[in-house]
Amino acid sequence: MNNNDTQDNLRESATFDRVTMAEIRRAAETGIYDIRGFGAKRKLPHFDDLLFLGASMSRYPLEGYREACETKVVLGTRFAKKPIIIDTPVTIAGMSFGALSANAKEALGRGASAVGTSTTTGDGGMTPEERGQSDKLVYQYLPSRYGMNPDDLRKADAIEIVLGQGAKPGGGGMLLGQKITDRVAGMRTLPKGVDQRSACRHPDWTGPDDLAIKIQELREITDWQVPIYIKIGATRTYYDVKLAVKAGADVVVVDGMQGGTAATQEVFIEHVGIPTLAAIPQAVQALQDMGMHRKVQLIVSGGIRNGADVAKCMALGADAVAIGTAALVALGCNDPKYDEEFKQLGSAAGFYDDYHEGKDPAGISTQDPILAQRLNPVDGGRKLANYIRVLTLEAQTIARACGKSNLNNLEPEDMVALTLESAAMAKVPLAGTSWIPGQSF
Amino acid sequence: MQSINLAEHTVRELNQLLHDQSKDLVEDQWEISETSGQHNIACGLNQKLNVGIKGHVGYFCAGMNQHAHVTVHGNAGQGVAENMMSGTVHVKGDASSAAGATSHGGLLVIDGNTGARCGISMKGSDIVVKGNVGHMSCFMAQAGTLVVCGDAGEALGDSLYETVIFVKGKVQSLGADCVEKSVTDKHFKQLKKLLDRAGSEEDPTHFKRYGSARQLYNFKVDNAY
Repeated sequence: MNNNDTQDNLRESATFDRVTMAEIRRAAETGIYDIRGFGAKRKLPHFDDLLFLGASMSRYPLEGYREACETKVVLGTRFAKKPIIIDTPVTIAGMSFGALSANAKEALGRGASAVGTSTTTGDGGMTPEERGQSDKLVYQYLPSRYGMNPDDLRKADAIEIVLGQGAKPGGGGMLLGQKITDRVAGMRTLPKGVDQRSACRHPDWTGPDDLAIKIQELREITDWQVPIYIKIGATRTYYDVKLAVKAGADVVVVDGMQGGTAATQEVFIEHVGIPTLAAIPQAVQALQDMGMHRKVQLIVSGGIRNGADVAKCMALGADAVAIGTAALVALGCNDPKYDEEFKQLGSAAGFYDDYHEGKDPAGISTQDPILAQRLNPVDGGRKLANYIRVLTLEAQTIARACGKSNLNNLEPEDMVALTLESAAMAKVPLAGTSWIPGQSF
Repeated sequence: MQSINLAEHTVRELNQLLHDQSKDLVEDQWEISETSGQHNIACGLNQKLNVGIKGHVGYFCAGMNQHAHVTVHGNAGQGVAENMMSGTVHVKGDASSAAGATSHGGLLVIDGNTGARCGISMKGSDIVVKGNVGHMSCFMAQAGTLVVCGDAGEALGDSLYETVIFVKGKVQSLGADCVEKSVTDKHFKQLKKLLDRAGSEEDPTHFKRYGSARQLYNFKVDNAY
């Protein structure tokens, strides 16, 4: 807000700020909760609260441009006959055709393939555009089972069983009628225009013991060829990761509350789940306690924006990361060149989150054919590839400065925290001290 | 006829043999014995095979079936014929919960009763249960037909989309947005045809029809609580 508009002697309530009061007025007017996309917008302890300790006398750095720093990651080494090998630890998170346009999905596939990494389907099935442009495609297996079929299952390079999502752990998907076009309706076997609400629980199994049998079924159908991931929204992460490993996962994906969504209730996005920063150490601890760290790979997502975030995830013990919101921004989501149109929708470039309305001026979170044409999938793929290259280079820069010849060699000892909260969550010492809150005094 | 004794072979070995037929059909008649309630028997089939299973099966038997005709001469565990695409699955005994869950096509016949959530999220298959079905059957079911020759448990058809449900016996309660609908000659003929395919001699005129009131299709405040 522009403070120039207010008088100096006016004091805004920290509790009832303008956003809060606007929401109260909106609720009073409409009688229904607010639905939106994007992820948590509140300020949370995050990777910005961590710093790396570059090498000096006690550590030996690698030359920042010429000395090798390995970025390759192998995912799914536990049981699959064909693990996925990716050239960068940055992968593309699951986002559905339906939530996104076909061009956007194609662009994600093109960008990921150009840099040798994987992309992921979403609720609604696999499109030919996406499969065709994705060298490595992870096929999501969701509670709704929209579009799920064994032919596509066998075409996948990995299967991701989705138990939850960081933006809404405990909730199902939502795709409102504006985006249920003929094609989306056909893929999901739904009436056109229906306000679709995906199930929050899987229909044919309950609990980790059942999940173990379900995983075995998927392995049987695919003849044990491809890795099976389990994706969880970050909540009781330590226990959930343990159960996922016990159930037989090759890879565990942990999505923190900054992770994005195409649509859900605002109250859900902002008030359910835990920050990504808090989730990673819990997940790593669970794997270590089971003797499975690096044997079952860990992918982390939720609010990853730059190479420093990638490096911090890996230093905390992740094997790879997944990006969703950042990938869409790279494609052009919230681009200032559409600011006038965002304003006509009651938003502004950089603030737009009404993905569920299907009116995205950038042509990404829409099924409107005219808007969707605005995104050229070749150009979008090029931008995404460039962005992932930058993330990788940045992460390598930090790793070399810490003396690591492999991103996987980064470790918690390479970092300190700026705040008590982040020190406690990340389990690294507060900067300038040896103090890790909760572990020592 | 190829006979596989699961006391001597693993489920993995069996399924691989069955899957290999989709590449090069050498044998289309299969008999499986000594099942001991094992899980994931004959799942992922993708060929016109006739598979007879002598004994009880565990979870997800004939899961994601395509084209094959599978007969279980016993009871079936959870999720029999889940996500079936085509073909037929016939359970001579009872089936546990989530029978035919998310099935897209084909015909599932259960001679006995099923547990909860029969036909949950089904997407186009036909399911005929000659006995009773448990609670929450056809929850969020999207397309296809469920026929229940016995009784249905609580919350039948809750949050139903376009699946049609026929029940001969009592319905303990209907779920949200599921209502009884009129039955015309067209429906009786449709039902008769399905009962014939399932080998049932039930009189279609003894059935009631249930479907979606379509009041939950678009978001309304009144539905939000």
